[in-house]
Amino acid sequence: MSLSWCVCLSSHVSLSLPHYSCLSLGVSVSPLMSLPLSLYTHVSLSLPLFSCFSLGVSVSPLMSLSLSLSSHVYLSVCLSLLSCLSLGVSVSPLMSLSLSPTADIISTVEFNHTGELLATGDKGGRVVIFQREPEGKTEPFSQGEYNVYSTFQSHEPEFDYLKSLEIEEKINKIRWLPQQNAAHFLLSTNDKTIKLWKVSERDKRPEGYNLKDEEGRIKDISTVTSLQVPVLMPMDLMVEVSPRRVFANAHTYHVNSISVNSDCETYLSADDLRINLWHLGITDRSFNIVDIKPANMEDLTEVITAAEFHPFHCNLFVYSSSKGTLRLCDMREQALCDKHSKLFEEPEDPSARSFFSEIISSVSDVKFSHSGRYLLTRDYLTAKVWDLNMENKPLETYQVHDYLRSKLCSLYENDCIFDKFECAWNGSDSVIMTGAYNNFFRMFDRNTKRDVTLEASRESSKPRAVLKPRRVCAAGSKRRKDDISVDSLDFSKKILHTAWHPAENIIAIAATNNLYIFQDKLNSEMH
Amino acid sequence: MSEHSGPHHTSKMAGADGDDSLYPIAVLIDELRNEDVQLRLNSIKKLSTIALALGVERTRTELLPFLTDTIYDEDEVLLALAEQLGNFTMLVGGPEYVHCLLPPLESLATVEETVVRDKAVESLRKISQEHSPVDLEVHFEPLVKRLASGDWFTSRTSACGLFSVCYPRVSSTVKAEIRQHFRTLCSDDTPMVRRAAASKLGEFAKVLELDYVKSDIISLFTALASDEQDSVRLLAVEACVSIATLLPQEDLETLVMPTLRQAAEDKSWRVRYMVADKFSELQKAVGPEITKNDLVPAFQNLLKDCEAEVRAAAANKVKEFCENLPEDSREQIIMTHILPCVKELVSDTNQHVKSALASVIMGLSTILGKDNTVEHLLPLFLAQLKDECPEVRLNIISNLDCVNEVIGIRQLSQSLLPAIVELAEDAKWRVRLAIIEYMPLLAGQLGVEFFDEKLNTLCMAWLIDHVYAIREAATCNLMKLVEKFGAEWAQNTIVPKVLGMANDPNYLHRMTTLFCINALSEACGQDITTKQMLPVVLKMSNDQVANVRFNVAKSLQKIGPVLDSNALQSEVKPVLEKLATDTDMDVKYFAQEAISGKLVFPPPAAETSLYVRFYRSGKPDDHAVFLSSSTVLSLA
Repeated sequence: MSLSWCVCLSSHVSLSLPHYSCLSLGVSVSPLMSLPLSLYTHVSLSLPLFSCFSLGVSVSPLMSLSLSLSSHVYLSVCLSLLSCLSLGVSVSPLMSLSLSPTADIISTVEFNHTGELLATGDKGGRVVIFQREPEGKTEPFSQGEYNVYSTFQSHEPEFDYLKSLEIEEKINKIRWLPQQNAAHFLLSTNDKTIKLWKVSERDKRPEGYNLKDEEGRIKDISTVTSLQVPVLMPMDLMVEVSPRRVFANAHTYHVNSISVNSDCETYLSADDLRINLWHLGITDRSFNIVDIKPANMEDLTEVITAAEFHPFHCNLFVYSSSKGTLRLCDMREQALCDKHSKLFEEPEDPSARSFFSEIISSVSDVKFSHSGRYLLTRDYLTAKVWDLNMENKPLETYQVHDYLRSKLCSLYENDCIFDKFECAWNGSDSVIMTGAYNNFFRMFDRNTKRDVTLEASRESSKPRAVLKPRRVCAAGSKRRKDDISVDSLDFSKKILHTAWHPAENIIAIAATNNLYIFQDKLNSEMH
Repeated sequence: MSEHSGPHHTSKMAGADGDDSLYPIAVLIDELRNEDVQLRLNSIKKLSTIALALGVERTRTELLPFLTDTIYDEDEVLLALAEQLGNFTMLVGGPEYVHCLLPPLESLATVEETVVRDKAVESLRKISQEHSPVDLEVHFEPLVKRLASGDWFTSRTSACGLFSVCYPRVSSTVKAEIRQHFRTLCSDDTPMVRRAAASKLGEFAKVLELDYVKSDIISLFTALASDEQDSVRLLAVEACVSIATLLPQEDLETLVMPTLRQAAEDKSWRVRYMVADKFSELQKAVGPEITKNDLVPAFQNLLKDCEAEVRAAAANKVKEFCENLPEDSREQIIMTHILPCVKELVSDTNQHVKSALASVIMGLSTILGKDNTVEHLLPLFLAQLKDECPEVRLNIISNLDCVNEVIGIRQLSQSLLPAIVELAEDAKWRVRLAIIEYMPLLAGQLGVEFFDEKLNTLCMAWLIDHVYAIREAATCNLMKLVEKFGAEWAQNTIVPKVLGMANDPNYLHRMTTLFCINALSEACGQDITTKQMLPVVLKMSNDQVANVRFNVAKSLQKIGPVLDSNALQSEVKPVLEKLATDTDMDVKYFAQEAISGKLVFPPPAAETSLYVRFYRSGKPDDHAVFLSSSTVLSLA
């Protein structure tokens, strides 16, 4: 695969107005690589209005509008609301107006197993699901675009009275279940509570009452001379989201990962010190499978940072730690997997040792390759690919932003050094992707060893424009045209969450409160 | 209504009269689509009433089509619907029309919620019996096929449970198709379907001809037992039991045993756990010879397994396994093979293993007889009685009766007493509660003399435990002891102590006296109740704490039937009447209830949650403040 990504940015108001005005900005070729890419983007709305789409109760649009007046982007709210209503999404009055300005920062992005749906979670506890439009619709460019399918409030802020602890509503992770019937299921979690949601469609509704008419007016009983059975009539498609299970009270620390097992009946949830195994149908008990809590908390030297099940061996899972190690555990061996089967660890280079060594070696994300053979990990400066059969060192190490090595001191001071970047595999495991600062994200081709830095921002990525590769020149080195100096990087614009379509070259990038979806131009032209 | 009044409208009037009877049905039908789940559920539960009112024709043509499409509803509604439809045959016109029920049940069999699907399958199985052989092939069997080849795994899992009901009643060509469908599902892509197939394998094998069991089922069984997913393999163990029962003894060795041996040594502890858990069934299914040669070593390995869960499951089966051994070699096998493993388990590192063993180990004494018990088992019992884990000790104590039959309890009593005392004073109140529950049993085994000497003090100490549940259990325990040892014993040993507590400075202890009297009055009889207990109760009606006073009212009502009518009139009534004018509204209430004789005692739990007292200062009785239940809520 060539690492050329083309990009088109479409419509800011992502709540899918029925018609998009998509501009084709043509194709530009970069000097480095040919980049026939087309990108289109959804910029998610930065509004409290998502919260008002939790389903079930319907309210007149008028009321919703008046509620929305308090938010800044009045116009788009109206439009979005109307478009949502036309989609058949009803609006609930449970609207929290006291959202913090950071509530719409996207905190997780996840494609489902077919790539047809894409879910994002945000700091405000909302989940937005995008659906890929069926191909070959009226407009030539509309094919393959992701439009809002459903939006709901997954978690609410809570307060643990016993521990005097505030529980944030922020969605830490979303995981889709393999599809089992016409409905879709996903797990979402905040720091403490995991919830199973059902997303289903309804296109019929019952009609006909005996004792009242459809508007609810009571009929005169004397006119009721025969019984009427309700009939189901077709109606506009309505997407319903309903909570199916709530898995609570099992985590003392903050949940950082959830992962569904290939047996499709269990999943794991990991917090800082423990990993629990749940049955998807049982909410009142879970099994602790890893516990690294020392008897005395003062002896604590290491925490669990991420955990994931093997894609098809139901007995294997891996978890990463803040010390930069990976442990592979086999659930067949013991009920409590305190003893790992394999420990993946790279010996530290004594010459590179510094105050920051341990912090930057902490693994922020671990992902099994689709083949199940490799593990991809991300630490602060690098992405590494490990072979399951080689424990002593990674197979490949990719420098994500090595130019920051000289700036660790200031990154420590502004806490950026603790940022947890995620990483992703492409569908064929040949390319990996991970985020960086300044709205940059990086891709590495494992075969050709080529890499590229791209930028996800409204300014640089116009609809259907081609993404230009960016270069950061390290301090002191010679600066070329268009290069960005390390000192001018914006560390507040970070891309932590990325996802890759399971089969195609479509990626989703969360840049603070914007979601960008890019598509490989070659790919889109094939259709 | 005036237009209805003319004589030529008589028939319409009759119709209008009928409307009144239609009204409740109309409400039920309308509530089928009410927004309130409870109302929908209510309507679904009365679906037969609706169907009856509509008549068979309209039920078939209108009601069932509507129900077929209402699968969007809440699980509990769908569950109720699936259950109702299993009993609907007569309401759609009898067996001739029973196939009309298939479409709604088919759609219910594809929903994602397992309980609903299972209930739909259960109802389908039920109504399959009501199909004529022709209908079964024309309507039912095609439904099974549709489900079996459905796109979603939910429908395919449901199909697995339906093969066995239609197989025996269809022609041989259809039978061949069914077998083919089942084979396909056994190798389905999704583990969920393979699990469903594995769990129905045994049931399906039972309805198959023996030749097909040997040719088809065995290969499916072998394949499922070596599935890549643990969750599938462990279900094959269950199927193993049914299959082994079906096969003639001479085929077991070649057809089943290789798989069973493999399962007992599976890499995954969950599969080995399943083998241990099903060991008694497996043992019965394979017969004595294979048990001796194969299962004994396999069982030994399970008892020594590296995973505690497996050892615990195997330890649980020790007694049953030994009981089911062939009689001729039983003692020898136990002594040489099983007992050494059991000895090791007594000092296992895992407390669940030890407590599983403790719950069955006493049963071995009946199998091994007196001499072996004294020589080999007694040291183990004694060791377990001293175990650090209270659950282990409790399990031993709770099974004392087995040993008592064989060697008499005296052998144990020296070690028993310290163990009981320690449990009785355990810091965890649940442990104390558990030992209290065994007191009547122990008292029976040990005899009154030993009891008075060693255990009576414990029983009285529990009455002033700081946990209410313990005090309550202790009260109940006293009642059982009196039932066992008689009223005279009660009068001499416990009644004075109980009544003495009536003067305790702590009002909770004073209330315990009342609770004890409530429990004991019947067992002690009229004489003791009237002469000794009643005066104390009456005196307590002047207590300064309202809780005590209203409990006096409750007690008086409770013991009333035991008292003679003379005492009731002359002593009880005046006191109750006085209490009925008490300043405290609750005392008043309960006194009035007692006078009118209507009071039904609420269960203790409700009582504690409704009446909460707390203290503002360190002096409990002076400042006992009553909180109504609403205040309690607002405080929380």
